[in-house]
Amino acid sequence: MSNDIRIKKGLDIKLKGEADKTVEQAVISNFFTVRPEDFHGVIPKLVAKEGTSVEAGGTLFFDKSYEDIKFSSPVSGKVIEVVRGPKRRIDAIKILADKTQTYQDNGVFDIDAAKPEALKAHLLASGCWPFIKQRPYDVIANPDKTPKAIFISGYASAPLVADLDFTLSGKEAELQAALNALSKLTEGKVHVSVGKNSNSPLAGLSGITIHTVSGPHPSGNVGTLINKVDPVNKGEVVWTVNAQDLVVIGELLLTGKFNAERIVALAGSSVEKPRYFKTKLGSEVATMIYDKGINKKDHPRIISGSVLSGKHIKPDGYLDYYSNTITVIPEGDDYELFGWNKPVFDKVSTTRAFTFSWLFPNKEYDLNTNTNGEHRAFVTTGNYEEVFPLDIFPLQILKACMYSDLDEMEALGMYEVAPEDFALTEFICVSKQPHQQIIRKGLDVMLKEIG
Amino acid sequence: MNLKTRLHILKRKYRDSKWAPAFNALHTFLYLPNETTHHGTHIKVADDLKRTMNTVIMALVPCLIFGMFNAGYQHYLAVGDIQAVTGGFFSSEFWTLDNFLVGFWKIIPLVIVSYGVGLGIEFLFAIIKKHEVEEGYLVTGMLVPLIVPIDIPLWMLAVAVVFGVVIGKEVFGGTGMNILNPALTIRAFLFFAYPTWMSGDKVWVEGAVERTNEIAAGANLDAISGETILGSLAQGQDITHSVADMFFGFIPGSVGETSALLILLGGLFLIFTKIGSWRIMLSSVLGAVVMGLIFNQVVDAGIITESSKFYGLMSTTWWHHLLIGGFAFGTVYMATDPVTASQTNKGKWIYGFLIGFLSILIRVFNPAYPEGVMLAILLMNVFAPTIDHYVVQGNVKRRMKRVKVKTA
Repeated sequence: MSNDIRIKKGLDIKLKGEADKTVEQAVISNFFTVRPEDFHGVIPKLVAKEGTSVEAGGTLFFDKSYEDIKFSSPVSGKVIEVVRGPKRRIDAIKILADKTQTYQDNGVFDIDAAKPEALKAHLLASGCWPFIKQRPYDVIANPDKTPKAIFISGYASAPLVADLDFTLSGKEAELQAALNALSKLTEGKVHVSVGKNSNSPLAGLSGITIHTVSGPHPSGNVGTLINKVDPVNKGEVVWTVNAQDLVVIGELLLTGKFNAERIVALAGSSVEKPRYFKTKLGSEVATMIYDKGINKKDHPRIISGSVLSGKHIKPDGYLDYYSNTITVIPEGDDYELFGWNKPVFDKVSTTRAFTFSWLFPNKEYDLNTNTNGEHRAFVTTGNYEEVFPLDIFPLQILKACMYSDLDEMEALGMYEVAPEDFALTEFICVSKQPHQQIIRKGLDVMLKEIG
Repeated sequence: MNLKTRLHILKRKYRDSKWAPAFNALHTFLYLPNETTHHGTHIKVADDLKRTMNTVIMALVPCLIFGMFNAGYQHYLAVGDIQAVTGGFFSSEFWTLDNFLVGFWKIIPLVIVSYGVGLGIEFLFAIIKKHEVEEGYLVTGMLVPLIVPIDIPLWMLAVAVVFGVVIGKEVFGGTGMNILNPALTIRAFLFFAYPTWMSGDKVWVEGAVERTNEIAAGANLDAISGETILGSLAQGQDITHSVADMFFGFIPGSVGETSALLILLGGLFLIFTKIGSWRIMLSSVLGAVVMGLIFNQVVDAGIITESSKFYGLMSTTWWHHLLIGGFAFGTVYMATDPVTASQTNKGKWIYGFLIGFLSILIRVFNPAYPEGVMLAILLMNVFAPTIDHYVVQGNVKRRMKRVKVKTA
């Protein structure tokens, strides 16, 4: 069964530095780091103290408020450092990887015969649960609840991100295993979106509902898929899983190994030779970016994730738990003479106010991180709606979050959204307001007050 | 050391002082700041609020320049030095240096007072309240000289600007928070505080007030009368101006609002650049047309006869209403103010339509002051949040209904 979802509102931002479709084995980094901050709202309780040895898939820490949710080490090795922040908060767990990897054996799992409870317990115990997120609140799924449906986006529409058709090819067996398992965890369907003109390995799989999506970004966002297919109402829960994480889940079920291997795209205008790497979660990005990547003397911004909602990391930083892209773009910390009123040809704009990107729809831009203006109150109206395809009033919901009116936030559709859904409105915001941060804070307030 | 580095060092030096907002305002005028993104999206669009506001100013400049020529033209025409222009918009009799200079010397002081006083207050508030100088006044400051009569005394304008910026905007928290359009607040203040300088047949033409005073003092001169078209119509007088004059703007009126042609071009420019809301502009015109047609029907049906004091304006052909008075200017430049207008797209249709509709209604039934667009926009400013509320409730209801369908 196939359903078409066509998005008209949105914006494709064409950037220089898309990754070539060639995969290299990244130099195996010596250190791997898992940062609890990747898992929003989780208070880590450490299991693997400094000095202990862990196997790949061995538990590093668990969630203090939900102890069954365990977080696994991507590699086998020795925990050499637990980096702590203020109030002894755990910022990072650094692991020195063994030369030969050993995997914790979770045993081959018989998906067809298993009951949902057994499957849940297996995913929780093996450390695969954190890959399953839920809406409302865009946090790791609560295992006690049963979702009304599970949504997976198999189409990446954000600028410069890894092409899922490419990174998932050849992984059909793992994907099918993971999807079979997930479909046991929900009363409803497993909805998977694929690009209309794509050749996705997901399209041929069984037991799922395939939706073909087309149109500009955010057509590939899972939030768009949810909104168009089966929006979240009050009291309901849906789960989402990133397509690339299905591979990890599938491999665990088929072989018993937690294999944190992932194909990531190294992209961006600052990268000399943008291409794909085979690496592991939590690996040092330096091993990739300095090998025919960026010039050390340059002054780039390194992002784990996409330019729209990724994390800013340092050159010695690490690939985060949910990303399959590393983007490197130039920092824009320079002044521009009369930059606010002279005609602009080298930047993207949705207006035509002496900006000319509308004349060159196919041009690829080399954007930097300059905000192109200062933070202001919300002034202009009507422009967010042009890039926001969800049936939600973006400006109104942002304002409701800013003054924390829970009733209004609820009424306007807060249960349906995640910060990444507001990436485009944030990108085009003339007032340079931090939309994703506002939504994240709003979701946190709701989670705390309503739960 | 170049200017860029020097300013950068100064910026650091002033960072925590109370002068920082004032310094930053001047600095960011020269240079786009070196700020980079910290959280959320790592890249941003090219537009900022300065660019947005600047685009509106660009759209206003033709009206300003035309206003200067027209001021001189109306002056010399009233004095009797020149004959009415016959050659249309590009007639060289109109675009003369003499005409321009009369207007230039009257209007530039208005602009200077408007910006000087207004920005002064903005800087003051920015320093006291420790926020950045926001760009809202850039447009307001340009609008104000264009919507006042040319002979308005500068001190009155200054007082009104103080009132408009403080009461109309800053008490609400500054740009983006205000309820009423600041430029119209200024105009409304002038209108209610100094009505004799805002209406009648003397203030619209340069020199008319002065000459009236001279005549009163015993000078033997002909009085200049510069009634606006709306004023004449309200009094049931015949108008001597042709439709072409109205369209091109060769008529007395507030400085920048006379040329429907240039306002139309400005409006098209704002729509093209996506800075002005086409929904508001279009629906406002529709509203005015509907009201104009209703009045025309009423007259045709014989309900209102020539003896009625409303006859003059009611019988005005419906599309003439779009050309005369401040309707076009208000629709294009004031009703579209994003802060005080409706913020939802559906709301914009309703908001604009009601502005157009009420403008003509008030225009006809307000014999003391036959101009409705200012009051209509201010009134709808107040109701804009209500309109938005009902539009948003539509979305909320749809969401609630979804739950009921599920449970049913």
